[in-house]
Amino acid sequence: MAQIVIKDLKKEFGDFTAVRESSFTIEDGEFFMLLGPSGCGKTTTLRMIAGLELPTSGEILLDGEEISQRPPSERDIAFVFQMFALYPHMNVRKNISYPLVSQGMPRAQVKAKVAEVAGILGIENILDRPVGGLSGGDRQRVALGRAIVREPKAFMMDEPLGALDAEFREHMAEELRALHDRMGATTVYVTHDQLEAMQMGDKIVVMNNAVVEQFGTPQEIYDKPATMFVADFIGSPSMNFLKFHGKIGAGSGEIAMHDTSFAVPQAREPFEGDMAFGVRPEHIALSDAAAYRGEVLATEYLGTTQIVTLKTPGGDIKARVPATQTAKVGETVGMEFDPATVTLFDRQSGRALKSELNEGVLHG
Amino acid sequence: MAEVSLSNVSKAFGKTRAVHDITMTIEDGAFVVLLGPTGAGKTTTLRLISGLEKLDAGTVMIGGRDVGADTPAQRDVAMVFQQYSLYPHLTVRDNLAFPLRSPILKTPEDVITQKVKKIAEVLQIPHKLDNKATELSGGEMQRVSIGRALVRDPSIYLMDEPLSSLDAKLRADLRVELKRIQADLGSTLLYVTHDQIEAMTMATHIGVLEEGRLVQYGTPKEIYEDPTSVYVASRLGSPRINILPAKLFPGDHKGAQIGLRPENIRQGDGAEATVLRAEHLGDHTRLHLDFQGHAITTLTDPHTDYAPNTTIKITPQNPLYFDASGARVV
Repeated sequence: MAQIVIKDLKKEFGDFTAVRESSFTIEDGEFFMLLGPSGCGKTTTLRMIAGLELPTSGEILLDGEEISQRPPSERDIAFVFQMFALYPHMNVRKNISYPLVSQGMPRAQVKAKVAEVAGILGIENILDRPVGGLSGGDRQRVALGRAIVREPKAFMMDEPLGALDAEFREHMAEELRALHDRMGATTVYVTHDQLEAMQMGDKIVVMNNAVVEQFGTPQEIYDKPATMFVADFIGSPSMNFLKFHGKIGAGSGEIAMHDTSFAVPQAREPFEGDMAFGVRPEHIALSDAAAYRGEVLATEYLGTTQIVTLKTPGGDIKARVPATQTAKVGETVGMEFDPATVTLFDRQSGRALKSELNEGVLHG
Repeated sequence: MAEVSLSNVSKAFGKTRAVHDITMTIEDGAFVVLLGPTGAGKTTTLRLISGLEKLDAGTVMIGGRDVGADTPAQRDVAMVFQQYSLYPHLTVRDNLAFPLRSPILKTPEDVITQKVKKIAEVLQIPHKLDNKATELSGGEMQRVSIGRALVRDPSIYLMDEPLSSLDAKLRADLRVELKRIQADLGSTLLYVTHDQIEAMTMATHIGVLEEGRLVQYGTPKEIYEDPTSVYVASRLGSPRINILPAKLFPGDHKGAQIGLRPENIRQGDGAEATVLRAEHLGDHTRLHLDFQGHAITTLTDPHTDYAPNTTIKITPQNPLYFDASGARVV
């Protein structure tokens, strides 16, 4: 099994930079997510690790060995694509055993190996069926089987669930993660779906415009976003940004916004200028006593909670509050923000200002 | 706008009973969502009301008038489909004005100008009015096709999954917008979807369909808190309600099956369960548990962390009971 270290990896296609100098480490056995919108460079990064693209510069270390310029066949990495291609004229057993047979493995050994993989995936009963009549889920399992059977050092997966409908996708996501937990193989997984990334990943790299915006555990990235892009991309509804012009001194735990004073995590750097006060919907409480007020624009019932959209001096924001609390459209209510969870951003650069909350997480 | 009522409406395609004996009243000014999986009969119901399909049995009344023999145009309904179909050679303005210029409506041009302007503002596309339809993004095109229905003042708006082809963010924005527009205009709206979030957040009333039958009709709160069957209980709520044999938990039970929504499982005391995996979703953490061979999903605080195979204790809270066939026991 494998640790993968990415060092200053860069890829240019002519004048176009697909990936700017990126660095992160994928630990042995991790389920690692490359997350970002389309065109952010996540698939190019994955393809460089697999050897399907050669980097313009930088290093890829697989268990300490530099492999960035080697052909895919010498990397011992298996790739699972979004559109899983199976050999249509072969049955399930032949599809799975193909990589082993082509390596020249003895037949008895192949048979044992295929049986083991079929057991892991729970597809023993369809081994002799043609692949043509299989359901989407079974086809996916067969494609996975063909990747697993080689026992590669690592798996690369490019939106393998992208083509499935929502309900089935959730089911396969759980199955894939459970499979990973049984096998423990290092897996790098590309997705544009933040919920999928949060749900399945041990670690997440968030990319945007060819740049790594943040790298960390799902909870870390959610609680301590490094940039406004990350804060907005992760979470549903996403983080609210109250816009204002203000200043804060290093060591201060208070900020004035729209003539109201708010407690915030103690600042670790001074700042003055256009700022955003970042607060997640579940960290807003509606309170009649609060000085900061806004008008209720909409309410959305969600069972135990509801999403309330409010018009505030800093722009429209969304709060997640208990469904039992009454909020009527058109009413003016007060808002309280959980001070320990607030992130302040420099609106010009989109960068989070350093504070006692995000200390140690932010870099660069 | 008008009240629309269905009595004992049925429709079969060959041997398939697509809609079976549906009786339902859509009150004037209501936002009714028909919810169900593919094949439950949602779209067929919509098409029966619009007149795109002929009834096998039953009556459809719009504004107190039996419309069974009427053509779609005579019924005065406005439809929005999943796939926007705009006239690509026309500007946004002309696309929006098109229905008003129809020979049936014959609207004066100054009224058209006014209506188009108002709808464009509601949909936040006034700056796009002179663009060709082909120069719009997917979200804008869908807003225009919704707008083309909204410029009219029909008896009822019928919408068939109008948001499903849009990305998540835009869908969330349009959900709020559509509900606001409907409330502002006081329109009657029937909306078909398989998306439970759309149903819960927009509807004044939800009709749950199961294999062509209307199995429950009520407010989102009633459907969520007081479902009549396992099927209905499983339609709303994500993660889905846990349905387990009641006898797994100690004590007396009203039914053979116990239904526990993920938020209705208390941790700290009670029966032992094993944590399989904790998923940190940011605002909360999802726990996948093994409970005597049954899978349970429950929720916990965002910063709670359990290693796999940790044993925790759980107790049902506000359980729902169902009999062996899945019917609710109260």
